[in-house]
Amino acid sequence: MTVTSERTGTAGSTTTSSPAAPAVAPFPTGTQRLPLAKAINLGLRRALTNDPKVLLMGEDIGPLGGVFRVTDGLHAEFGGDRVVDTPLAESGIVGTAIGLALRGYRPVCEIQFDGFVFPAFDQITTQLAKMHYRSQGRLRLPVVIRIPFGGGIGAVEHHSESPEVLFAHTAGLRVVSPSTPAEAFTMIQQAVASPDPVIFLEPKGRYWEKGDVDLDAPLPAPHGAAAGADLDHARVVRPGSDLTVVAYGPTVATALKAADAAAAEGRSLEVIDLRTLSPLDTDTVAASVRRTGRCVVVHEAPTLYGTGAEVAARITEACFFHLEAPVLRVGGFHAPYPVAKLEHDYLPGLDRLLDAVDRALAF
Amino acid sequence: MSPTGPLTDDGLVQLLTPTGERVTHPELEVWAADLTPERLRAMYRDMVLTRRFDTEATSLQRQGELALYAQCLGQEAAQIGSGHALAPQDHVFPSYREHGVAQVRGLEMTDLLRLFRGVDHGGWDPADHNFHLFTLVIGSHTLHATGYAMGVQRDGLVGTGDPSRDTAVVTYFGDGATAQGDVSESLVFAAVNQAPVVLFCQNNQWAISEPTTKQARVPLADRAPGFGIPSVRVDGNDVVATYAVTRQALERARSGGGPTFVEAFTYRMGAHTTSDDPTRYRSREQEEHWRRRDPIDRLRRYLEATGELPEVFQAELAGEADAFGEHIRTTVRSMGRPSSQSMFEHVYATSHSVVDAERAWFGEYEQSYVQHDGAEAGGHR
Repeated sequence: MTVTSERTGTAGSTTTSSPAAPAVAPFPTGTQRLPLAKAINLGLRRALTNDPKVLLMGEDIGPLGGVFRVTDGLHAEFGGDRVVDTPLAESGIVGTAIGLALRGYRPVCEIQFDGFVFPAFDQITTQLAKMHYRSQGRLRLPVVIRIPFGGGIGAVEHHSESPEVLFAHTAGLRVVSPSTPAEAFTMIQQAVASPDPVIFLEPKGRYWEKGDVDLDAPLPAPHGAAAGADLDHARVVRPGSDLTVVAYGPTVATALKAADAAAAEGRSLEVIDLRTLSPLDTDTVAASVRRTGRCVVVHEAPTLYGTGAEVAARITEACFFHLEAPVLRVGGFHAPYPVAKLEHDYLPGLDRLLDAVDRALAF
Repeated sequence: MSPTGPLTDDGLVQLLTPTGERVTHPELEVWAADLTPERLRAMYRDMVLTRRFDTEATSLQRQGELALYAQCLGQEAAQIGSGHALAPQDHVFPSYREHGVAQVRGLEMTDLLRLFRGVDHGGWDPADHNFHLFTLVIGSHTLHATGYAMGVQRDGLVGTGDPSRDTAVVTYFGDGATAQGDVSESLVFAAVNQAPVVLFCQNNQWAISEPTTKQARVPLADRAPGFGIPSVRVDGNDVVATYAVTRQALERARSGGGPTFVEAFTYRMGAHTTSDDPTRYRSREQEEHWRRRDPIDRLRRYLEATGELPEVFQAELAGEADAFGEHIRTTVRSMGRPSSQSMFEHVYATSHSVVDAERAWFGEYEQSYVQHDGAEAGGHR
């Protein structure tokens, strides 16, 4: 193999017998109604365009465009040296990404499914997360690990899991999840721009849901941006006065539906999209709960030792005298993710969320 | 006894016999051709100083000045021979026992002991000598080296023909590491990318208490060809042969010829670490057998026999080693306790609200002891 220099911008030579490359479509402009997967695709495309040090690595992300087509068209546009089909070895993907980052590159790794991240868990938690710390800030690891996560797509086992707290529990990692196409377009670019390793959790059950994306909006800084449009803050996505629902990723849409349903019964729910699990923006949630006095946290991951437990502990400490009811959690059970025919019993859907809302309001 | 499988010493490249006789090798002789007596003395000096470092550090651990120490005793030829083959721009990814390579690269050696003293996790800037931090999780860094080498490729610093630009990467690991999945994955990634990396395995025959026969049924170097990577077994106690095979492998990498797996067959003469007790699992006879194959003795015999080790050089080196020992002892003893606030530094490259809040809380907590007890902050334990 002859590897060409990134700086020349020439395509790689790893593709030997691909069909003729399709013409590259110009980058769309204006506000477009796009599925979440396409929004991430465009965010990655912009990152690849703007920074020659960005490269994508993963299984089947090249000519196929990834099993969810999130990298569709990027191999044709940027070549096999920048959109790299790797061996089927997740530890190898993350481990070599660390080496590339040490050499000045900004790798974006795709883990094909949530349940396949564990072979890379060692590299992520013992190496990626700690290298900045143990080098006393001398080594930066701007690596993004993209993980399609969560259920609801009728998949076989190991394809529907929610491992987010395993990463959020590990100091050194930032853990974020977008809930809408607009957020996904912005947040993936911010994740690539962040100087820290970022676990980027994509709600795969929402990949095909559409939303408006302003493709011309300037990109806020990944950290410290005004108005909390960065990777460090939660966001109130629907104001309300009777109870705060805290969600992230795939359950934000569920929470908004619950707010609609509650409104029909005269109850006003405030919905907060956490957006980031590390750091956890307790202040935004606490400010809301001090007004509403009630809080329900909803996520697909099991509740035991989950994000909901953490939010409940912190809110109890921060808002003890404002609480009218205990903070309640709605989430997965302490059982392996079930067979597809049962996943909608396992997942926290609208009914289970409303049940928790009713219980909290009844206190 | 004639060991077989991974412990066989058949087929080792050797240029210096255990008794210090120089022998030739049809293919590799050329890679040792630039070893003038002066360079051999430089290698000898590095070996002697590395052993002194080992001795001093072991003593400091026994005196309670270090929490732990991992000796490289017996592996000086493998490390210093390979280290001398490196070009300045080459990058090293060590395991945690590569004190000899660090010596060759010119690190402030006491910085290596900061980790063992417990004052930081990595006491040097990897960019200063192109020597990465130690990695304690076995084999993990072989992937970092391979990825780094893939970056070197992308930077266009392979096969330019300019010896001051063409760059190779070398990663050191042990026999135990070859059983780790990450090492196999690094062989896969290195092979399919033809990355400019040398995978340098020091088979010191012991992974703590487990002999290499617990890791493999065949010589470790035999694995690499299955991945499409050429390999070589070298007498790791022969500094000349180790230099030659590493130089050949590095040149292959720099010129675009891809990775090489080097197995340096050596022996861990000391314990795994100062917490280990080899008397529980290996024989005095085996240790004595390898003591007679001491790599430093071997080079010394050769240099003495050829009249290239003048007494004045030996005297100067002895004095240098004594001064080095004093420097190590003084420096280590002066390494103070870091501030408690420093444990919150560099967790992230940018602000993180949870870390910030915990740091602030802990600072106030410590201050409360000053206010109420008059005690110094950090003294409450």
